[in-house]
Amino acid sequence: MSVPLTLLGLLDREPSHGYELKRDYDVYFGRGKPLPFGQVYATLGRLARDGKVVVSEVGPGVGPDRKRYVITDQGATEVETWLAEPVEPEPHLQTVLFAKVVLALMLGRPAEQYLDSQRRAHLRRMRELTELKRTGSLVDALLADHGLFHLEADLRWIELTGARLDTLAKEVRR
Amino acid sequence: MSTHPIVEARDVVLSFGETPALRGADISAAPGEILAVMGPSGSGKSTLLHCLAGILLPASGEIRFDGRRVDTMNETQRSTLRRDRFGFVFQFGQLVPELTAEENVALPLLLGGARRPAALTKARSWFERLGLGGLEHRRSGELSGGQAQRVALARSLVTAPEVLFADEPTGSLDSLTGEQVMDLLVTTAREQGTTVILVTHEPRVAAYADREVIVRDGRVNAYVPEGVGP
Repeated sequence: MSVPLTLLGLLDREPSHGYELKRDYDVYFGRGKPLPFGQVYATLGRLARDGKVVVSEVGPGVGPDRKRYVITDQGATEVETWLAEPVEPEPHLQTVLFAKVVLALMLGRPAEQYLDSQRRAHLRRMRELTELKRTGSLVDALLADHGLFHLEADLRWIELTGARLDTLAKEVRR
Repeated sequence: MSTHPIVEARDVVLSFGETPALRGADISAAPGEILAVMGPSGSGKSTLLHCLAGILLPASGEIRFDGRRVDTMNETQRSTLRRDRFGFVFQFGQLVPELTAEENVALPLLLGGARRPAALTKARSWFERLGLGGLEHRRSGELSGGQAQRVALARSLVTAPEVLFADEPTGSLDSLTGEQVMDLLVTTAREQGTTVILVTHEPRVAAYADREVIVRDGRVNAYVPEGVGP
């Protein structure tokens, strides 16, 4: 899971304070593992340094919670590029794919197109592994099969998620 | 790969009663290409295959084979086309139960006017190649699912068709047997230069193809970026 890009994605939805970002991150992406406040502010500090967010207003009082963060055009472009680009097909990528789908739906982006790109990337890798299987040794075939079954599991998730996008969108938009 | 398609559908529309099956489907395959047609159940992928093969006629749109319109041919012309130029392999129940395995394989040759001894000799040459040696005289009830499917594959390829239409060809087989069938199908198609239109919902089967398209709600998503292509 890419925490900086996920926080940036949440900011693409609307300007937020750090504690709001932490709350939404924990609800949608934390899965029982809340993001420490320290990491939220450290990440926002780096994003600000790199020109991807700016501080829009500073409220009264002291401490980092006074600041409200707004995504810049550069930050928004980075989110868009990240969402649209298929994840490198390999086992255990579900958390990144999952974050992308949820954020895409939150932001009203074409999640179905992103899933299509991902399917294409997966099938391309499956074709390579199938060719390896057809031309290689039995040991090669065993190894290729291991990869193929994991990629197939991802694809099943992609299909099911694709079929549920409308319902999912209602759940994550507010 | 040649840019001139061997089979092509353009803006094909077809309904079954009130239910739309194809809503402007476009697809094309280059000579020798193995094209996987994927999509969820009920998406229209089998209907599209039947249209491409001249089995179903679209309400509108064009179907072409080697540049010739198929949808404007009469039933006799389409029947001849299917028999002489196309091969078919489906999921279930394709063998004629009264005939032996070798007679089943010889069937398209006999229907095309070949003499029985010549047809049977040619049919038998396929048995060793597909790992079916010794099963020539068995009837379909005496074959396992994988054997029967390989016999069906031999029958679909015995005429060296220009296009093989395969609809879920491994759908009724276990993983290992399915792989053997796919491996034989792909190897033979490549040797013969046969174009394959492979309808499947299984990614592992689609991975044998050169390329895939997704049928969704009666339309084809061919992954062509917007504003590009025909």
